[in-house]
Amino acid sequence: MLEVKGITKIFGGLTALQDVSFSVAAGDITGIIGPNGAGKTTLFNIVTGIYAPTSGRVHYDGKDITGFPPEKLARLGLVRTFQGIELFGEMTVLENVMVGLHTKSQSGIIASALKLPSHLREEQHIRERALSWLEFAGIAGLSDMKAGNLPFGKGRLLEIARAMAAEPKIVLLDEPAAGLNSRETLDLSHLIKRIKDSGITVALVEHDMELVMDICSTIVVLNLGTKLAQGTPRQIQEDEKVITAYLGEG
Amino acid sequence: MRDGSMKRELIKILMFAALIFAAPVFLGGGYIVNVLIFVGIYTILAVALNLLLGLAGQISLGQAAFFGLGAYISGVLTATHAVNPWVAMSIAVIAVGIAAFAIGFPILKLKGHYLAMATLGMGIIVYIVFNETVEVTGGPSGLSGIPNLSIFGFVFNSDTANYYLVWAFTVMTILLSVNLSASRIGRALRAIHDSEVAARILGVNVRLLKVQIFTISGILSAVAGSLYAHTVQFVSPASFGFNVSIELLTMVIIGGLGSIYGSFLGAAILTLLPELFRTFQDYDIVVYGMVLIVMTMFMPGGLVRGMPLLARFVLAKVRPALVKKA
Repeated sequence: MLEVKGITKIFGGLTALQDVSFSVAAGDITGIIGPNGAGKTTLFNIVTGIYAPTSGRVHYDGKDITGFPPEKLARLGLVRTFQGIELFGEMTVLENVMVGLHTKSQSGIIASALKLPSHLREEQHIRERALSWLEFAGIAGLSDMKAGNLPFGKGRLLEIARAMAAEPKIVLLDEPAAGLNSRETLDLSHLIKRIKDSGITVALVEHDMELVMDICSTIVVLNLGTKLAQGTPRQIQEDEKVITAYLGEG
Repeated sequence: MRDGSMKRELIKILMFAALIFAAPVFLGGGYIVNVLIFVGIYTILAVALNLLLGLAGQISLGQAAFFGLGAYISGVLTATHAVNPWVAMSIAVIAVGIAAFAIGFPILKLKGHYLAMATLGMGIIVYIVFNETVEVTGGPSGLSGIPNLSIFGFVFNSDTANYYLVWAFTVMTILLSVNLSASRIGRALRAIHDSEVAARILGVNVRLLKVQIFTISGILSAVAGSLYAHTVQFVSPASFGFNVSIELLTMVIIGGLGSIYGSFLGAAILTLLPELFRTFQDYDIVVYGMVLIVMTMFMPGGLVRGMPLLARFVLAKVRPALVKKA
């Protein structure tokens, strides 16, 4: 589904990523873990077209997508969420998800301004789809609230609902459990499993080990910009190099 | 959109149109109708800026350039080259649309203060061109002899006729803009305003959409310019200077960012008040500056959103006092 091949990223004199390669299998939940500064978010930013890599390629769905801008990737079915949640704060919860359906609709400026019948039908469809995604995420009751006023945990769910509305083939979640309490984290893990069950590939960067071990079938460990290990949760838990990286050398 | 809110929008625009239609009948023509023509023209301009600034969050301090280009292209083509006014208007609108697209493409890469500076520069350059190309524009002393618009032999040469002509365009502009802001495109524009990166991640072509809305804003301003030229029948650079761009900005802020009817309110207030307070004439830019500061500090949502809040606030203060008295 997603293949990262020999990615290196250098910022000024700092090497953030050094020859990182791994793949994400279709239909799986793949977790990317590592201590702070390991380069996890940088890796996500490269895959989703926000940064260009210094060298290396990214393949997705059999295509070389290196350097594609985010809006193009969205149309190809690759969508992400952000560590610090990026909502459209002045818009309602429902409108946020309706923007998620942008690539799934096509009314242009003229059709919109003239309220052509095709546009009205499409608006109806967008609204219904958006509501059903809010239900999927369990926040349909908040649809008319201003997104900027949502509590953090709900905001996270909204961001995921909005990403799902774009009907991606793969969704990348950047630290989805960051800032959530244990109750919210549990809800989140159920939601991510439901996303996987609906046939969508998930890749996530996460610090919450319990969550990662619980939901991921494959784990990639990064440390200081290089890949340390890749394997099942059990393999990773028993890997000497990983234990050393996390606990320090005894 | 839900049926209920659609009906409400329809009733709003119908009531608005009826009010506009009836106004000259009650006011009995004359000077006030002349002033209301300008309210109509400035409403188009303020709505045009609001689509750019209120929806997409992109500043322009050079809107007067598009307004002026629309007016001068229409004016020069008809007064100097005897082109039919409607044809001249069409040429003006298309030419300004192309110019706005060409300028917008590089300029909208800039953000915030840099975009403000670049559009400011655009406005000043165009203003200088109006002044300096004396053979074409007549320079600082202006260009006169611009004909009125006419349709099937009916010439729009009275204030009342021009009032209906201008307001037909204004109501149409409001209607189309309200529709646009409630649509998929409007949502994408507001999304850009709140978070560009999130909009891009969801597949919104931010770059192109910004340029498109900038172009639409330019086109609407050119329509207003052309209407101005054919109703006033005289254009001079002073009508399209930097202070006009600031005035438009003030109108949008007074009415409320993103509120289309608010732009009408802002345009009405800022056009009618100077007529009432003629003493401000030389200090108008100072007054606009003060209004801008006060509004952004105390009513950042503009009048349309701010007035209900203010009313509630005042009621909450007044009611306990009344209860105490009783």
